[in-house]
Amino acid sequence: MSPDLWVLITGILAAVSCGVIGSFLVLRQNAMLGDAISHSVLPGLVLAFLITASRDVLPMVIGAAVFGVATAYLTELLDRTRHVYRDGALGIVFTLLFAVGVILIAIYADQIDLDQDCVLYGEIAYTPWDVAVIGGQSYGPRAVWILGGVLIANVVFILTFYKQLKICSFDPAMARAVGINERFWHYALMTMVSLTVVAAFESVGAILVVAMLIVPGATAYLLTDRLSVMLVLSAVAGVISAVGGFYAANWLDASIAGSMAVVAGVLLAGVLIGVVIGRRLAARKAVAAAAAAMGITRM
Amino acid sequence: MGSNPAAPIEVHDLTVAYRKKPVLWDIDFELPEGRLIGLVGPNGAGKSTLIKAIMGLMPLLSGYVRVYGQPLEDRRELVGYVPQRESVDWDFPVDALDVVTMGRYGRMGLFTRPSKEDYEIAMACLDKVGMADYAKRQISQLSGGQQQRVFLARALTQDASIYLMDEPFAGVDAATEKAIIELLKELKSKQKTVLVVHHDLNTAEEYFDWLMLLNMRLVKFGETRDVFTQENLRMTYGGKLHLLSEAAEKVARQ
Repeated sequence: MSPDLWVLITGILAAVSCGVIGSFLVLRQNAMLGDAISHSVLPGLVLAFLITASRDVLPMVIGAAVFGVATAYLTELLDRTRHVYRDGALGIVFTLLFAVGVILIAIYADQIDLDQDCVLYGEIAYTPWDVAVIGGQSYGPRAVWILGGVLIANVVFILTFYKQLKICSFDPAMARAVGINERFWHYALMTMVSLTVVAAFESVGAILVVAMLIVPGATAYLLTDRLSVMLVLSAVAGVISAVGGFYAANWLDASIAGSMAVVAGVLLAGVLIGVVIGRRLAARKAVAAAAAAMGITRM
Repeated sequence: MGSNPAAPIEVHDLTVAYRKKPVLWDIDFELPEGRLIGLVGPNGAGKSTLIKAIMGLMPLLSGYVRVYGQPLEDRRELVGYVPQRESVDWDFPVDALDVVTMGRYGRMGLFTRPSKEDYEIAMACLDKVGMADYAKRQISQLSGGQQQRVFLARALTQDASIYLMDEPFAGVDAATEKAIIELLKELKSKQKTVLVVHHDLNTAEEYFDWLMLLNMRLVKFGETRDVFTQENLRMTYGGKLHLLSEAAEKVARQ
């Protein structure tokens, strides 16, 4: 397969994984949590790297998951003291954890090969050459395997625990009242967000991750009244952003991950404008119909 | 009120605090079976907090709650809950039938999806509150009163013995008010125990068999004809009669 195709597939897998799980952040009006987690997993990555002295996927993912859940947990702990509001609590926790990560990198700088540019903008263009080699045999880019695995995990998680995610997102108090452990499902969701963030992070960078967690879900939210349809549409929006961004980047000779995020934003803006105009027209029509029914003609 | 271990709800020595400020102080009562009970008190009296504390949604500083003599955790299926309408985001992408079906989620296994029977029960409950025609409506397209009826239908699907309702009459239209009253009567005829947070002193006497007057402490609890006196209301509303009459006037004007 051509390297270009691998890049495209990596982009699509990252966008769709982030899109479907991020839809729940959009619905919980918790969009900034994705942003926060994408920063606060940094100490987890550094610690995993320092402990295992490798950039293997598994320790990285575990380190990230621990700090992702810690972000959600510490935020709630601060919030529950009722001395700090929730967004304030989130701001305190993720900046603190990110700072710890930065300090760790500074202390062990000579041992760590973590490049800021790489973390921010990602290296999606290089993913085809970072291949999974098992027993001397090459099985294609590592990123495709990791992101494919994360996507499957997300889809299985959402399909299996759909009713729990639905009731806990809509009405957490009712969930607890009928005996569903709302807090457990909150942390389960945060674990999946952390895994997704860290898997996508490595190959496509922080900017694209934050964009893809929120923008496709927000786009889908505008287009439907049904949760199941919203999840499917968020995946579609993710695919369009990835493919569109890939060709836009080629055409403009710009950053691939950056272009994908831009296309996602343009798509959201287009849908928003379309929805607003559609609602205006429908309202005007309704007014005209009502006026006609009452025998009034407009001057 | 003897110490009957089988009281539908027994609240003992209950104290709840926000930060270090207590909102409920040393609350002690047993609900009588099969009665419609109104929970009345001024703003900030802790009415909603009491309901949430009974439902296990608030940390308790002290005391306990028993449902038919057992901890709530073991008897959740016996308690139906109607939260305040403002507590959720009505723009959430679900329809009325979806919301009502959520009342059944607690009975399902970890991996089970709602069955055909669950949806049929949900439909029947929507019908009971006069909302069958709106089953497939997205919930943001419903009026406030219709949303309230959806919440009531959801509680009905729980098929509980005890119902706790947080301000079901708040901001609803006349049709919904009537539908709720009918529903309360039906629940009473089935020997259900219903505790309703209520704001309107003008109708409290008419709607409820029993009244609980609350202002951080339990002021009075008993049959309406014994409890609903000027003296008791004055004690509940802080002895400021003009405030009380102001509130009554305000309610009357609505």
